[in-house]
Amino acid sequence: MYEAIIALPLLGAIIAGVITLVGAAQRLPGEDPPPADDHAAAPVPEGHPHAAPDSHGAHAAFSNTHAEEHETHEPSAAGSLPAMLVTSTFLVIACVLSWFAFYDVGVEGHEARVTLFSYVSFADLHSEWALRIDSLTAVMLVVVTTISSLVHIYSIGYMDEDPYKPRFFCYLSFFTFAMLMLVTADNLVQLFFGWEGVGLASYLLIGFWFHKPEANAAAIKAFIVNRVGDFGFSLGIFAVFYLTGAIDFDTIFAQAPALAGKSFHFLSWDVNALTAVCLLLFMGAMGKSAQFLLHTWLPDAMEGPTPVSALIHAATMVTAGVFMVARLSPLFSLSPDASAFVIFIGATTAMFAATIGLVQNDIKRIVAYSTCSQLGYMFVAMGVGAYSVGMFHLFTHAFFKALLFLGSGSVILAMHHEQDIRHMGGLWRKIPLTYGVMLIGTLALTGFPLTAGYFSKDAIIEAAAVSSNPMAAYGFLMTVGAAALTSFYSWRLIFKTFHGEPHDHHHYEAAHESPKVMLIPLAILAFGSITAGWPFLSVFTGHGADQFFRDALKLGTAETLFENAEKLPLFMSLLPTVMMIGGFLAAYQFYIRRPDLPVALARDQRVLYEFLLNKWYFDEIYDFLFVRPALWLGRLFWKGGDGFIIDGFGPDGVSAWVLDVTKNVIRLQTGYLYHYAFAMLIGVAAFITWFMFAGPH
Amino acid sequence: MTNWPILSVVTFLPLAGALFIAFLRDDAAGVRNARWVALWTTLITFAISLILVWRFDPSTADFQFLENRPWLGGTITYAMGVDGISLPFVILTTALMPISILASWTSIQSRVREYMIAFLVLETLMVGTFCALDLVLFYLFFEGGLIPMFLIIGVWGGPRRVYASFKFFLYTLLGSVLMLLAIMAMYWQAGTTDIPTLLHHPFPLALQTWAWFAFLASFAVKMPMWPVHTWLPDAHVEAPTAGSVILAAILLKMGGYGFLRFSLPMFPEASQHLAPLIYALSIVAIIYTSLVALVQEDVKKLIAYSSVAHMGFVTMGIFAVTAQGVAGGIFQMISHGIVSAALFLCVGVIYDRMHTREIAAYGGLVNRMPLYAFVFMVFTLANIGLPGTSGFVGEFLTLIGTFRINNWVATLATIGTILSAAYALWLYRKVIFGKLEKPSLFNIKDIGWREIAILAPLVILTILFGVYPKPVLDISSVSVTALIDNYHHALSAVQTAALTK
Repeated sequence: MYEAIIALPLLGAIIAGVITLVGAAQRLPGEDPPPADDHAAAPVPEGHPHAAPDSHGAHAAFSNTHAEEHETHEPSAAGSLPAMLVTSTFLVIACVLSWFAFYDVGVEGHEARVTLFSYVSFADLHSEWALRIDSLTAVMLVVVTTISSLVHIYSIGYMDEDPYKPRFFCYLSFFTFAMLMLVTADNLVQLFFGWEGVGLASYLLIGFWFHKPEANAAAIKAFIVNRVGDFGFSLGIFAVFYLTGAIDFDTIFAQAPALAGKSFHFLSWDVNALTAVCLLLFMGAMGKSAQFLLHTWLPDAMEGPTPVSALIHAATMVTAGVFMVARLSPLFSLSPDASAFVIFIGATTAMFAATIGLVQNDIKRIVAYSTCSQLGYMFVAMGVGAYSVGMFHLFTHAFFKALLFLGSGSVILAMHHEQDIRHMGGLWRKIPLTYGVMLIGTLALTGFPLTAGYFSKDAIIEAAAVSSNPMAAYGFLMTVGAAALTSFYSWRLIFKTFHGEPHDHHHYEAAHESPKVMLIPLAILAFGSITAGWPFLSVFTGHGADQFFRDALKLGTAETLFENAEKLPLFMSLLPTVMMIGGFLAAYQFYIRRPDLPVALARDQRVLYEFLLNKWYFDEIYDFLFVRPALWLGRLFWKGGDGFIIDGFGPDGVSAWVLDVTKNVIRLQTGYLYHYAFAMLIGVAAFITWFMFAGPH
Repeated sequence: MTNWPILSVVTFLPLAGALFIAFLRDDAAGVRNARWVALWTTLITFAISLILVWRFDPSTADFQFLENRPWLGGTITYAMGVDGISLPFVILTTALMPISILASWTSIQSRVREYMIAFLVLETLMVGTFCALDLVLFYLFFEGGLIPMFLIIGVWGGPRRVYASFKFFLYTLLGSVLMLLAIMAMYWQAGTTDIPTLLHHPFPLALQTWAWFAFLASFAVKMPMWPVHTWLPDAHVEAPTAGSVILAAILLKMGGYGFLRFSLPMFPEASQHLAPLIYALSIVAIIYTSLVALVQEDVKKLIAYSSVAHMGFVTMGIFAVTAQGVAGGIFQMISHGIVSAALFLCVGVIYDRMHTREIAAYGGLVNRMPLYAFVFMVFTLANIGLPGTSGFVGEFLTLIGTFRINNWVATLATIGTILSAAYALWLYRKVIFGKLEKPSLFNIKDIGWREIAILAPLVILTILFGVYPKPVLDISSVSVTALIDNYHHALSAVQTAALTK
């Protein structure tokens, strides 16, 4: 069964991939290049004799590239329908199997380990392709396959006009496969495989519309920023292997307690072994989950199609970092310092991303910053040791954030690919169903009582309030503050999009509700956003968590956290709800009652507004600190190092010197007999002189 | 074990093919026959070399398929044999030759017979290098390979081919002169040039040190290591496609093979003392050349610089002398042999169509060449070292092996994985993605059947070895372990001797 859950998306991806390639090859048949004269460097001119029969194809390609990306009238690629049906069906089957696994593993307690075949193994390094199925994996299996199958179905409608459907569904299924490899990993290398695999899928999907320069730039940025995180992740793996002699989880976890307090000579310093390992691995998590300092790629990733943003950049891939910390909870729970750092980064991100979200105008970017911020919440939970609570938020967040993204997609489609909320307004009359689901998503995100987000978010804030970690107070303050901002920017989005007067009448009049194939996934997600909370409360918090997760999470300290949380004074546990209401009222005041207020405020607080609008200038700072110096150094090394110094003093210098010497020697060979005779005479004279004075005695 | 000299057959069969081509007439039919003879010769050689894999016993570190004949006055013998370290390189060579011949099928139109002869002679010399078990024989094959390559670049190369070929020749020759001196010194010291004997001969430290440097001079140029790498970009840029393929995939590997065969086992003390030097040069190679690759304007130069960076991982891993480091070094060389060969073939595909290697001349190729875009993507990812491709396994093993010995070195080298993503994806974006805006590209055709036949096996191998690296790792496993054991044994023997004094 578990093999099937993994294999179905892979199979779907392969089938869709083959359809893509075969279709492409038929549309654009290839041929070997004609034999050319050697050294003929002239590029093929425009008036090529063979141009006539090809002119149609060339014209099509040309007009295609000049059309608006979404308004291509190019026909769908061959095999679009089979590709979509096969991948979606496989995903739905995998989803059903996953829910079954969730019950079987979590409730019945049948954990499993399936070994496939060997991977990178040499001498004392062992790693295998293996599926580790415990409760933690089961939760992720359910999240990934559910959201993924819904996104597959939704995309059938959303990508209707796109000519490259088989490729899109191939990437989606490939992503799902990589994500499943990640969550079922039994060792760090397989985890890393899934980790980079989802990174690749993310890269491909962000750059899906390859003719948009911004999409290509965003794709590369996402990959490279993630690679920076993976730099730390790799070093973490190396350090784990150095310290424990193994990279599989069972051995590492068994050895972890023995490592506590040990020091480790890393670079030139002696550091606490466990803390160093955890921090290095956490660097990977920061990249993947777009945390403070390594967050810059996530907003740009919104260049990809919206279903991708929902699946990869909200519900699943970006939570991989949270999953990793949960998976490695036996390590993190032993290092209070590393945990404090996790809280610090999580809390900072929660606050920081929320402040940027306040002023953004692109509907997807607002939701993206919100994702960033909510991931921060999850890390706060991880840092205070409430691993199951963090997983709870991951679980509920997947539903309501996917809902918000797919709902935004519905809005964007209705507005004919307009994403700026300043050009929207009053849409609730035109697209009431979308409005309804967006409202549900917003309620869940802001933590309206009894929605899914309410239970998980409050649990995080309470856990932070009662934790003994010295950084927990900071975590508490930031998450409470961010709760107010979350409520504000979420309602701002709703008010500016759906209420007030329409700002773009042309688009407003043309707005239409999305087809059923998109609305049904939205309805399912809306249902999940309301109901994913309460029924699962006992699974993720309190004593139920211990029964459910057993050895999958290290819940030693969480027990006391849950008990203390129940004793929390009433005003403390009401605080998040108060914040939520405050945010709503402020947004209502700003965008419904006094729409002139925000403009005036932005004018008065010019510097602050610019600072937030430009995302704290992180892109500019990184460009100045890293990108430019790297290119400058590259040029310096190339022209100066290789060209001037190495070649200049090396081969070119030597050959120039040899030529120089030769020239001087040539000058001696004048061809005049008397010159040679003179030289000979001097030579003979010198020779005789030498013999006379120093000769043989 | 075998009753026929299988290694000699594999080595000299291409030479026989070359002789046959030499007697063909120089007309259209002769040219056609020359191509087919070359292709069949290399295919049959490859088939025979597969017998080696089949009959090879991976459970022993001894040399196998031994051949030994007196030659040159008794002391110098014609000795051939392979172990787990050399066998993968032999197979890599024989496997890539048919691909190189096919890659030259239409792009080479002048002096076809001579071209094919040069390639077949080159194959003999390369296979011989990896099979030779006598120092002098090794030297002959090793240096002999220089001549056909020099001719391939100098005759069939691009506009600056003469400069490039002389640069290539001078660099490599300078290194090898020093190696010849070291070989003579070793003979005077040990009284034999038999490699299996020399592997266990305790050389005095002074000789070890300078002989180590002499060998380094030769192998470092071949690898190439920083700072003697500047011949490589020029040679690649000017060489015809197949020349680049062989240069990157096999000739570069002779340096790494040399370190494993000579420097480590014969001069263990010197290797230990001087490993920091290798580390430093490897790190510089990885970071410096990656940065240089970032700003290249020529497709081939970019890939050439990335080769230097990838070879940095190899030297680092080898001189860490841990099981994972050395095995990773070998794997990385095999993987790089496949991937860089494929990348140069990919460049050849567009060069054959457009006759330019300038990155700026391309853009938006995916609109017209989707299959090509897919293939190029696979190799770009392998070049980046994405898990699931063969590029990852080698990098990962070398890094994890080195981290155990020196985590400064491993940490700095890991920065290379960020930079490789930057330059490789940047190249891909500039060449493949974007709109198809350049009029000259409007009629460009996707890859044809011949090109698919060349590239498909490489795609399959890249992914297969990335997911299931065991076959390659297993072949060399015992030999690598023995190499490391002997190395540490030699070092501890020296230490005990020093203590008892």
